[in-house]
Amino acid sequence: MKKLSARRRHPLAAVVVLLLALAATGGLYAFVAPTGKAQAEETAQSLAIDEGKKLYAVGCASCHGTGGQGTSDGPSLVGVGAAAVDFQVGTGRMPAATSQGAQAPKKKVVYTQAEIDQLAAYIASLGAGPNIPTEAEYGPEGADIAKGGELFRTNCAQCHNFTGKGGALTHGKYAPALDDVDPKHIYEAMQTGPQNMPSFPDTILSEQNKKDIIAYLDAVNSDDTENPGGLELGGLGPVSEGLFAWVFGLGALIAVAVWVAARTAKAKKS
Amino acid sequence: MSTTETTESRSRGKAPAGERVADWADGRLGIYGLAKANMRKIFPDHWSFMLGEVCLYSFIIIILTGVYLTLFFHPSMNEVEYHGSYVPLQGQLMSEAFSSTLHISFDVRGGLLIRQIHHWAALVFLAGMFVHMMRVFFTGAFRKPREINWLFGFLLFVLGMFTGFTGYSLPDDLLSGTGVRFMEGAILSVPIVGTYLSFFLFGGEFPGGDFVARFYSVHILLLPGIMLGLVVGHLILVVYHKHTQYAGPGKTNKNVIGMPLMPVYMAKAGGFFFLVFGVIAAISAIATINPIWAMGPYRPDQVSTGAQPDWYMGFSEGLIRVMPGWEINFWGHTLVLGVFIPLMIFPLVLVAIAVYPFIESWVTGDKREHHILDRPRNAPTRTAFGVAWMTWYFVLLIGGGNDLWATHFHLSINAITWFVRIAFFVGPVLAFVITKRICLGLQRRDKDKVLHGRESGIIKRLPHGEFIEVHEPLSQEQLHTLTAHEQYKPAEIGPLVDENGVERKVKGSEKLRVKLSKAYYGEESQIPKPTVEEYKEITSGHGHH
Amino acid sequence: MSSQDIPEENLPAEQDEHGAVSVADEKDPFADPGLPPHEHRIQDVDERAAKRSERTVAMLFTVSMLATVGFIAAYVAIPVDKSVYIFPLGHISALNFALGMTLGVSLFCIGAGAVHWARTLMSDVEVAEERHAVQSPPEVKAKVLADFADGAKESALGRRKLIRNTMFGALALFPLSGVVLLRDLGPLPENKLRHTLWSKGKLLVNMNTNEPLRPSDVAVGSLTFAKPEGLEEHDHDFQTEIAKAALMIVRIQPDNIKDKRELEWSHEGIVAYSKICTHVGCPISLYEQQTHHALCPCHQSTFDLSDGARVIFGPAGHALPQLRIGVNDEGYLEALGDFEEPVGPAFWERG
Repeated sequence: MKKLSARRRHPLAAVVVLLLALAATGGLYAFVAPTGKAQAEETAQSLAIDEGKKLYAVGCASCHGTGGQGTSDGPSLVGVGAAAVDFQVGTGRMPAATSQGAQAPKKKVVYTQAEIDQLAAYIASLGAGPNIPTEAEYGPEGADIAKGGELFRTNCAQCHNFTGKGGALTHGKYAPALDDVDPKHIYEAMQTGPQNMPSFPDTILSEQNKKDIIAYLDAVNSDDTENPGGLELGGLGPVSEGLFAWVFGLGALIAVAVWVAARTAKAKKS
Repeated sequence: MSTTETTESRSRGKAPAGERVADWADGRLGIYGLAKANMRKIFPDHWSFMLGEVCLYSFIIIILTGVYLTLFFHPSMNEVEYHGSYVPLQGQLMSEAFSSTLHISFDVRGGLLIRQIHHWAALVFLAGMFVHMMRVFFTGAFRKPREINWLFGFLLFVLGMFTGFTGYSLPDDLLSGTGVRFMEGAILSVPIVGTYLSFFLFGGEFPGGDFVARFYSVHILLLPGIMLGLVVGHLILVVYHKHTQYAGPGKTNKNVIGMPLMPVYMAKAGGFFFLVFGVIAAISAIATINPIWAMGPYRPDQVSTGAQPDWYMGFSEGLIRVMPGWEINFWGHTLVLGVFIPLMIFPLVLVAIAVYPFIESWVTGDKREHHILDRPRNAPTRTAFGVAWMTWYFVLLIGGGNDLWATHFHLSINAITWFVRIAFFVGPVLAFVITKRICLGLQRRDKDKVLHGRESGIIKRLPHGEFIEVHEPLSQEQLHTLTAHEQYKPAEIGPLVDENGVERKVKGSEKLRVKLSKAYYGEESQIPKPTVEEYKEITSGHGHH
Repeated sequence: MSSQDIPEENLPAEQDEHGAVSVADEKDPFADPGLPPHEHRIQDVDERAAKRSERTVAMLFTVSMLATVGFIAAYVAIPVDKSVYIFPLGHISALNFALGMTLGVSLFCIGAGAVHWARTLMSDVEVAEERHAVQSPPEVKAKVLADFADGAKESALGRRKLIRNTMFGALALFPLSGVVLLRDLGPLPENKLRHTLWSKGKLLVNMNTNEPLRPSDVAVGSLTFAKPEGLEEHDHDFQTEIAKAALMIVRIQPDNIKDKRELEWSHEGIVAYSKICTHVGCPISLYEQQTHHALCPCHQSTFDLSDGARVIFGPAGHALPQLRIGVNDEGYLEALGDFEEPVGPAFWERG
């Protein structure tokens, strides 16, 4: 419960609440007016696709092609699914900067969650792919943190470091740090394999496995994570520890040694 | 005790209790003789002379905390299921070594603190030894009669590295296990016997179930035992040789100026132990070291990025990372040069600095004792060599952390690796040339200071309009200090014919020595220090500004 | 020595008396002027300052005592699992912080007190001590050499060659016993490094779910880790076996596979490579799905998984061994044999 309340202050929490409220209202409406249920849903869906298509034409088509078929500047989006859109656009990686480095970094998000959902609906309509996960899928209920740790060390730590602090890949590419990443986005990344990250589809890493990994990350890499020994020093291992030992350990001791060996102030006759 | 003893002390009447105890000990150990020589022993005051004490004290701290840790640590690789208080590892399979380290960290009150003090002190110990060694090197304190003590110190540094390595491998966590795996791969690369060595060390195939127990006895018994012996020998020699000192008024090669052991240095050095312990304890209270719980238990099929050893092994990590993958197959055998060459350069890097004192004494041919320290600038070639060596070492350290450099400075890991490959050869040469030039520049400045006085910062306008800066003449103390160093003359090849007119054959080693000597002390390598004549000419000619 | 002992007349003004400043020598201006005169500290001349120093030292020792009391109190009072938030350290163990700080303060104050005492109240007169040459005088050396010659002669070691030679022989041989004793440290390598648990018909089991894999489970761009069927985490030799048998499975569009043998040994583009780096044995698995490069996190050896896993960067000496796989009657992925070459780091006998 603590974790849920902590997430209440998350920037996207308001959006999630709004969406849930909308869904609830919509559901209630559908319940009250059973006659038009299927039709209304269909209309809403096709409306979202239309909106998404417009957004796509403006923001994405120049690289990914007018129909999402891909160009030399961007891969095909047919079949990547709504989850990929929600991840890429929801973390600000897309739209990519014009002069892109080795990989598209996490940036400020330019679309609202409603717009992202419309874009996702449009891309999903191009070909079947993973859907945006629900809270039930990535939430903390029923997760085994220890199992998640083992899975994380087997599947993720080689790139993202043992507590998700990130690491280097070839030629300037890198696996980003996982601090403060929305659980939903972690789930989507595992599902869709953004950029150079391999995907971990449900057949390889089951839904429960993904839930466990997210719970583990929440336990070892969040603002509330306990570091019993004190300063975490970046969680990077011996390099930062060595630097700390030299600068603060030996530095302090040399300062003390200077004091011990220095001459005491002399009395000066004025 | 014997009756004579009691009667003796009674017969002495009312001697204080302390004196009676001392008498008792003197009758058996002869302590008065020892105390006569050492109680008022003189130690010079300089902060850089306390770096060795930092090492000594952190060594003692490591032993004290290490003994405590052995009370709780189980050096066993039996697999157990964890059911302690750290939640994210509940139910995980791990070795007893790992689970007992978790127990120390989470369930023993103060256990985490002692673990952290032990590990922080180890890092400070090695860093202290490095800096201490560099102080000795750059001031020429390794010269006769202290060459053996230099070697003792060097051995302590190397053994310290391996004690550290075996120590951080004990918890059997994912990071240290990766390091042990690296060591196994390195051993396998040794031609002919590598595979056998590996099987003997690990009791079979890697990882097996033996290495923690074996490393344990090496870590807590074998290596510290040897180190303790070396430390005692090192200290005895320090006392026996008496400490070196910097040049200055009243300080000669025949004396040592400072404060007596009793009471000043007992208080200062004794107090310094507590200061070192206090600082390390405070660091252990505020900063985590080696959080094995975050790394998880070792499994040979798991790994984390950023897998580095502790800093003192970092240069070997750099060597292995930047080496190209050379491998030669012939007659059904494999020569793994990509691993074996770094494995061979690893001791070479260390030996390069260890043998330096012997090379220098061979070049100078100087058989005298030296107790006055050099200023680094006055031994430009030595200083340049030392800086080149440090450059080498630090370039390799960069190589050892290339992935973290890449992520933190947004660089390509491949580019950093190439940089290190080139800098490995170019860096030391550049550092050598630049350092030598800086040293010579500083020598020139010293010479100017002696001859023309100190720049006072006061600008004076002469009657004809010229502006000059007023130079203040130096005091006699300063003049002496700046001219106290000796300058060697480059060696010459002796006459090519002997006294009978027969042509003498010049040995290759002699030619080499002369060449080196020219490089060390030739015109390009030192600025002749001001002579009395030069000084008198200038001071009498210009008068005082 | 207490500060009260310092006589009144030892004021700085009078210090010239025991100073030895020689005037600049006419003959040698660079001559050693000798030890400069001792100057008094404030504490030496001002009893109030000395008293202040005394109080400071006593205060430091008292703080140390209080800190030790604090240490014991913290040990007793704070539960071992209590967590506190301390800026900027974060959520840390209250006990570790309290014990470390109190211990640090108690030790540091003892040291600081002692040093302050030495610096301000003990004598700071610099004293000279003579050095003596380490080398022994010639007469001592002559005596030792003569004694040694006598001893050597009396032992008759030089004359009775048989004794000398057999003694050296015995001394040289006996350490061999110690070497022989080391033999049982481990078994001989034989060909243990050449074989893994993989053999024909062994199913590829997903590390994560512990279920055998089907081709349809493995999507293009995904990354899967597998172990041989029958190897369980609780097994006694799990660690040793997984150290050789760990497998990394990726799926590449068959058109993108450049190496012919790789394609042959794959199943519809599903390729299985050893996860153990051929450099020094780290589990390599930083798979970049767009470039098909796999990077080792330890030493950055880079392998191209679309081209027979050949080395394209870094210190590894040869390609990752590939496991030949197929599909059995029930539609599961299976191994078609063991690795054809030894996995992991190269060694002398590898060939």
